Amino acid sequence: MSISRRKFLGWMGAAGLAGSLGAEPAHGASTREFTGHPDSYGVLHDITRCVGCRSCEEACNTVNELPKPTKPYTDESVLDKKRKFTATEYTIVNKSVQNGSPIFLKTQCNHCLEPACASVCFVNAFQKLPNGAVVYDASVCVGCRYCMVACPFEVPTYEYEDPYTPEVVKCTLCAPRLEKGLLPGCVESCPTESLIFGKRDDLLKIARARIEKYPERYVDHIYGEHEMGGTSWLYLSGVPFKDIGMREDLGNTPAPALTSGALHVIPMVVALWPVFLAGMYGMAKRRDKVAAEEKTKAIAIAVEQTENKAAETLARAMDKAKKEKENILKRVERAKEKAAKSKEDS
Amino acid sequence: MSEQKNSPAQGMTDAALGFMRDDNQKFSPLTIVTGIILLVGTILTILRFTQGLGAVTNLTDTHPWGMWIGFDLMCGVALAAGGYTTSAACYLFGMKKYHSAVRPAILTAFLGYAMVVVSLLYDVGRPDRLILAYPFVVQQGTTSLLFEVGLCVLLYLTVLFLECTPIPLEWLGFRKARNIAVKLTLTLTILGVVLSTLHQSSLGALFLIAPSKLHPLWYSPYLAVFFFVSSIAAGLSMVIFEGALSHKALHHRMGKAYLEEHQPLIFGYAKAASLVLFGYFMVKVVGITAGDNWHLLPTPYGVWFLVELLGFVALPCFLFAVGSRNKDVGLIKFTAVLTVIGIVLNRLNISIIAFNWHLPLAERYIPSWMEIALSVYMVTCLILVFRFIVTRMPVFDEHPDFKEHHE
Repeated sequence: MSISRRKFLGWMGAAGLAGSLGAEPAHGASTREFTGHPDSYGVLHDITRCVGCRSCEEACNTVNELPKPTKPYTDESVLDKKRKFTATEYTIVNKSVQNGSPIFLKTQCNHCLEPACASVCFVNAFQKLPNGAVVYDASVCVGCRYCMVACPFEVPTYEYEDPYTPEVVKCTLCAPRLEKGLLPGCVESCPTESLIFGKRDDLLKIARARIEKYPERYVDHIYGEHEMGGTSWLYLSGVPFKDIGMREDLGNTPAPALTSGALHVIPMVVALWPVFLAGMYGMAKRRDKVAAEEKTKAIAIAVEQTENKAAETLARAMDKAKKEKENILKRVERAKEKAAKSKEDS
Repeated sequence: MSEQKNSPAQGMTDAALGFMRDDNQKFSPLTIVTGIILLVGTILTILRFTQGLGAVTNLTDTHPWGMWIGFDLMCGVALAAGGYTTSAACYLFGMKKYHSAVRPAILTAFLGYAMVVVSLLYDVGRPDRLILAYPFVVQQGTTSLLFEVGLCVLLYLTVLFLECTPIPLEWLGFRKARNIAVKLTLTLTILGVVLSTLHQSSLGALFLIAPSKLHPLWYSPYLAVFFFVSSIAAGLSMVIFEGALSHKALHHRMGKAYLEEHQPLIFGYAKAASLVLFGYFMVKVVGITAGDNWHLLPTPYGVWFLVELLGFVALPCFLFAVGSRNKDVGLIKFTAVLTVIGIVLNRLNISIIAFNWHLPLAERYIPSWMEIALSVYMVTCLILVFRFIVTRMPVFDEHPDFKEHHE
């Protein structure tokens, strides 16, 4: 069975637990670092030894049973134009002229230790095998092409012309041949030993030894040792890598670490957002309730006040009426007395 | 509604209006244009599914995502944010005066998401496997943000569908089913906001994987935050914008409650949008500072970035504030259009214009006319379905048998 590290990490990531468990957590979640499967293979491409014969391209074409190109591999005019990978060309040799002399660079999938394509694939179509190859399973691919967006080396290609069963296409490190104990086609065909196949750890030692032994011949940098967290393909060059079209600004962060932060926030949102929203709802509800209560209370007070006032007014009116009655009585009394008096006088 | 006769949004409003006008005129010029769009779209659909992506798109291996991701998916989802913002405002944050705006917003969101999913079926190489839900059923790529986006969009589409069900159920007179659906409102609203928060932000986070391809002014570890915050502004602006469109075309279908609540809603939303845009502006500035990218501003891409940030974030933020303060409906509607354009610009910048900026112009992606035509086709279909529903079912007005009892 192929390695299930990716799947395992996926489950952990989904559970939001990647940082808290022991085995190989996502890079961004802890201080642990994944430095590749032990004893995995790779290829060292010594660019200074490449003569641009394109035997590797031809071998790749043959072992992968791809359609033959219109121009033969011996036709050097092909090298005049910068080429990119296509759905029928997994590897490309490009020529660039530095200080008057041609430099040939063979490119293909670099088989990252922690591949961007595998980390972004939502059906897990890509896997990093323990032997170093990054392989693709066309039987599950939905064709979203996120792998192509994600790949910093612009490697995967797509069969846009196929209407019904298009697939993503890229170098497989000849994984089927490796299983049979054979070398990758390109390595086997290289006449100048510009390509060396071996365990990645050994290749790094060889590369370092070459730089040490011929410091005037090589730039002091092994491309792929740390780029994007490290790749299974390693490169040695006599001129700065960026001068021959290899990006030196990619950084050393493995691709999964770029998205792990965003992935880790997801379970937090799922857990806390409903609490926050329910809280907002509760507060709004309570605000309405308090407002309603205050309204009722205010109405009650207003009613009471009105009633009191009415009672007061009534009492005052009664009082006034009473007094007036007394006054009238008094006046009547006085009038009576007056009448009696005048009667007496007369 | 006569207060904004000369607003600059007028031209646009009028153009979009024709699609929605509910009249009996059979062969108006716009009907003919609509017919042509539908015809061309149908032919291109056949072409896409029989000849492949290569026959209709300008997609390349370096530009695997084009118009249908940049516009249909990215903009479609952002502009459908009116659904969750309005229902959250009304049902969760207690702004009951927006109640009558919820249904149009939810319906628009549902149709918007449906359009997004249909567009994706055009875009992916194996639509059959998307329909069969391979990422969820066959193998789960849970380390992918696209997995999360896909899952959230799928769930949210279901939530929106359930939120919309009272509309046809009232129309058909299924009282019991309708009452059950209405009872789910609170749960669905919370679920909707959670799912929207996740996938709105994750659409931005999709690009976190490509710092070497997206221009540093747009690339930021905060991409997810940018997308989420701007989606709120987009949602609020779309509700204002759609309200303006619908008002002209469907005035006679609008109930008393909707018409009475519409004006206060515009002012409320303008105020909210101004605030959100201010926040968005601030986090964008934080993004430039955190990335130490100030020195990139005096470059061609920097100027373009400033056009987006000042012209379509800062300016609408200011204009919304002025509009809500002066109760200027015309200005608010204009600003809503400005904001919507700004969001579209932002999504296109990130997915197309500032993506692969390091490549020479000859290797850059420019959509084919067929890709654009199919996007237009999608939007046209959406408007037609929207029009079909709102002219028949209780969306802008309340069904006489189902008057809401506002507490």
